[in-house]
Amino acid sequence: MAYISGIGCISPQHTMDNEVFLEEAVNQQALFLQCIQPNSYKEFINPILSRRLSKIIKMGITSALISLKDAGIENPGAVITGTGLGCVEDTEKFLMTMLDNKETLLNPTNFMQSTYNTISSQIAIILKCFNYNSTYVHRGFSFESAVMDALDLMANGDADNALVGGIDELTENHFQITSLLGNCRQEAENNLELLHHPGKGTIPGEGSVFFTLTKEQQSSTYCELKGIKMHYKPANFFGVWIEIKQLLEEHNLTEEDIDLLVMGTNGNQETDIYYQQIHSSLFPNTSVASFKHLCGEYYTASAFGLLLAANILKRQTVPTVCQFKGDKPSNIRNIILYNHYAGDQHSVMLLSKC
Amino acid sequence: MSKRIFITGIGIISAIGKNIPDTFLSLSESRSGLGRIKWLDTVHKDEILVAEVPFSNEELASMAKVESLDGYTRTTLLAVIAASEAVNSAKITNMLELTTGLISGNTVGGMDKSEIYYYDYLKERKGNSYIETHDCADSTEKLADLFGISSFVTTVSTACSSAANAMMLGARMIQNGSLQRVIAGGTECLTKFHINGFNSLKILDPNPCKPFDQNRMGINLGEGAGYVILEGEEALLTPERIICELSGWGNACEAFHQTASSPDGNGAYLAMKKALDMSGLKPSDIAYINAHGTGTDNNDVSEGHAIEHLFGDTIPHVSSTKPFTGHTTSAAGVIESIISILGMKNNMIFPNLNFSEQIDELKFSPVKQLIPNINQKHVLSNSFGFGGNNTALIFSQFS
Amino acid sequence: MEEKELIDKLRKEIIQQLNLEDMNPEDIDPDLALFGEGLGLDSIDALEIIVLLEKNYGIKIEDPKQGKTIFASIRVLANYILTHQKPQ
Repeated sequence: MAYISGIGCISPQHTMDNEVFLEEAVNQQALFLQCIQPNSYKEFINPILSRRLSKIIKMGITSALISLKDAGIENPGAVITGTGLGCVEDTEKFLMTMLDNKETLLNPTNFMQSTYNTISSQIAIILKCFNYNSTYVHRGFSFESAVMDALDLMANGDADNALVGGIDELTENHFQITSLLGNCRQEAENNLELLHHPGKGTIPGEGSVFFTLTKEQQSSTYCELKGIKMHYKPANFFGVWIEIKQLLEEHNLTEEDIDLLVMGTNGNQETDIYYQQIHSSLFPNTSVASFKHLCGEYYTASAFGLLLAANILKRQTVPTVCQFKGDKPSNIRNIILYNHYAGDQHSVMLLSKC
Repeated sequence: MSKRIFITGIGIISAIGKNIPDTFLSLSESRSGLGRIKWLDTVHKDEILVAEVPFSNEELASMAKVESLDGYTRTTLLAVIAASEAVNSAKITNMLELTTGLISGNTVGGMDKSEIYYYDYLKERKGNSYIETHDCADSTEKLADLFGISSFVTTVSTACSSAANAMMLGARMIQNGSLQRVIAGGTECLTKFHINGFNSLKILDPNPCKPFDQNRMGINLGEGAGYVILEGEEALLTPERIICELSGWGNACEAFHQTASSPDGNGAYLAMKKALDMSGLKPSDIAYINAHGTGTDNNDVSEGHAIEHLFGDTIPHVSSTKPFTGHTTSAAGVIESIISILGMKNNMIFPNLNFSEQIDELKFSPVKQLIPNINQKHVLSNSFGFGGNNTALIFSQFS
Repeated sequence: MEEKELIDKLRKEIIQQLNLEDMNPEDIDPDLALFGEGLGLDSIDALEIIVLLEKNYGIKIEDPKQGKTIFASIRVLANYILTHQKPQ
C-alpha cells in the first residue's frame, strides 16, 4: 500500500490545475480526443532542453513535475512509467523518413526519442535522479505494472516514495491505423454523450497522469492506494470477480464497504459487458462513476481513472459529469477502480479515504 | 535475509545457436555469429555486419511449431523458441501447479512488419494480421497464450537493459510472495528501423566490433531471444533442477544524457554496487564480469571506469561477448546472463573476441582468449540502456 | 553564394533543424562557439547538422569526430561549405 500524495495531469480536460477538479467538462464532437496543451512549456522545461522533445515527452515531464510539486518532493525514490505505445510521433517521423528517403538522411533525434523509456529517463535527467528507473509497455497493464512495481519497492524498503505515471499519445496517423481495426466510432460523437449511446467501438484518447506515491501520509495526501490486482484474458467476468473478492479479503473489507465503483466503461457495448456483470453480481446497489468520456480510451487510461478516484476521495464528492449510475454517494470511504482494455487486460485497484 | 531466487530453466536463440547446446558449442569454439545480412531487406546490406539468426521466418515458424505465420513477427518466433526451451529445461509439465508470471523485455516490437506495411495501412487503408503486432506487448501475449499464463503478464522496455529488468522484476515478485515462478527474459529481431537508428547515431562499426579496444569503432547489431525460469525456495525440494542462483540485482539511472554515458560511469557503478550490496558479496568474490561492452567509444570507457571504481586494483576477468552475438538490444540482458551462467557452470570464461590494444584511459584489458578450467562462484552481468537505464545482475553457483 | 548570405541561410536552417524555437537568426553570433560554452549544442545536434549538410548542400561527413572542427562556429561552417560544395 501507499498514499497518493501528489498528482499532475495533462489530458483532454482542464486538469493541470490541482485546485479545481472537472468543474467544467470539455465537450466536443470528435472521432478522438487530444490533450489540452499548456500555453507554454517554458515554465516547466528549459527551452534548450525542450528543443528536441516531442509533445508526449513534454507532457510527461510537465505532469511529473506538477505531481512532485504537489507532494512537495524534489527527488523521488523511483521513477516508473507505463506507456502502451511510447513516443508515437517520434517513431512515426523516423519510420516515414526512412521509408520516404530509402534509408538515408535520417534524424538521430527522432530515433533516440522513439524508445519507450524516453520519458522516464528524461525526468531522471531533469531531476538528476539516480534512483530506480523503469518503464512498462504492456497495453492495458502498462500503468498498472508501474504502480505494482512502485508498491513493491516501497514495501521492500527500497524507496520511501515513487513517481509513477501513465502516458500515451494519439497522433492522427495512429488514429487512422487503429481505426482499421473497427474499435473506433465511425461518426464523430459528442464525447459527453458517448456512454449514453452504447454501440460499436469507442472514442480513442490520450493523456499523461503522474502520481507521487508516499509511504507515509502527509498533508498533501489524496487517499490511500491499498492494493492492485491484474488478470490477463479471463475466460469470463468471473476471473475478475475472484480478483476483487481477494483484494477485499486481503484488506478485511466486504462489498458493503465499497461506496463507489469507478469503472472504465467506454461505450463499446461488446466489452462494456464486463463492467455491467461485475456491477450487478458484486455491487448491485453501489453507485458508479465513469471517466472515459472525458479522456477517451487508451492503453493507460486507467491512470485517468485513478486521478478521478483519488480526487473523489479527497473532495468527498463525485463530479456531476462523472456520475454514471445510482445516486451521488456521500461519505465515500472506499472505492474500487475497475478497468480493462479491449476485454484482455483487466485491473482492479482498491482506494480508501484518509 | 530475503528469500533466495533460483534459476531452474534456460533457453536461448541467437546468431550463435538455436538452443543452449549449440550456443555453448559456438562459445567454446570462439565462433562468432557476425556476418552479412541474409534475411532482412535493407539498403545497408553490404555495408554493415550483423549477427542475424541464420533462419528464415518460415524455418523459425517450424522450429517454434507455429502453423501459420499470420500475426507472428520474427520477434515473437524467436521468443517462442527460446521460452519453450527454458520451460522444457525446467521440466515444467503443468504450468498451473505454481502461480506463474511472464515478464518479457522488448523495445522494437513488431517493427519488422510495421516497416513493410505502414503505408498499406495508412494510405491504402489495407489492414492485415500484423496491424496488431506493432507494439511491444504482442510477443509477450503470444507467449502467455501459448503457456496459458494469466496471473501476471507484463512487458518491460528500458531499451537495451529491458531483459535484465524483466528478470529483476520477476525475482522481486517471487520474493514478495505474489508469484511462485516466473518466465523472464526478452526478445528482439533485427529491423531496418533500429539498424537505421543506430546508423543515424553513427555508432555502427562496419567491421567486427572490438569492445574495450583502443581502436573500437562501434556496435554490430544482433538479434535473438532468451528466457530463464525463476523460482523461489520451493525449488530446493528438487535441487537437481537448480542451475544457479540469482543472488543480486541493482537498477540505477545515470540521469546524464538520452544516448551518452557519463565519462565516469556513475550509473554503471551504482547499478553494480547495488547488486553487490544486495548479494552480500565482496567485490573480490566476483570472478567474472560479462560487460555491456558495446564497442562504442563512449560506453566502453565509461563502463571501464565504473568497473575500476568498484573493483579497485583487483579487477575480475572481464569480457564483452557482443562480438559473438552482436548487440541483441532488448534481449542482450538475458542472452548475456545465460552466456555468463554457461561459463560458470562449465568452468570457462568466454573471450572478448577481436581485442588487441588496451584503452589508454583504462587500467585493464578484457579476456583475450577462452580460459578453460576456471572455477567461478559468482559472476556479474551488466546491461545498460538508452536514457541511462542501467542494471546489473549477479549469478552464483548453487551449493 | 557569398559568405554573408550563406551565414544568414545557415542560421535559419540550424534554428529549424535543431528546433531552437525561441531563437531568432540574428541571436546567433556567426563567431560564437556552437558547442560547449557558446550555444550549448551537443553531440546529437552535431549529427543533426551532418544530416542538414548532406540534405541541403550535398556534403557528406563520414566521421562525426570531424564535426568538432567543422562546426566550431557558423562562420567556420560557412567557409567549409564554400570550399567543399561541388559546383552546381
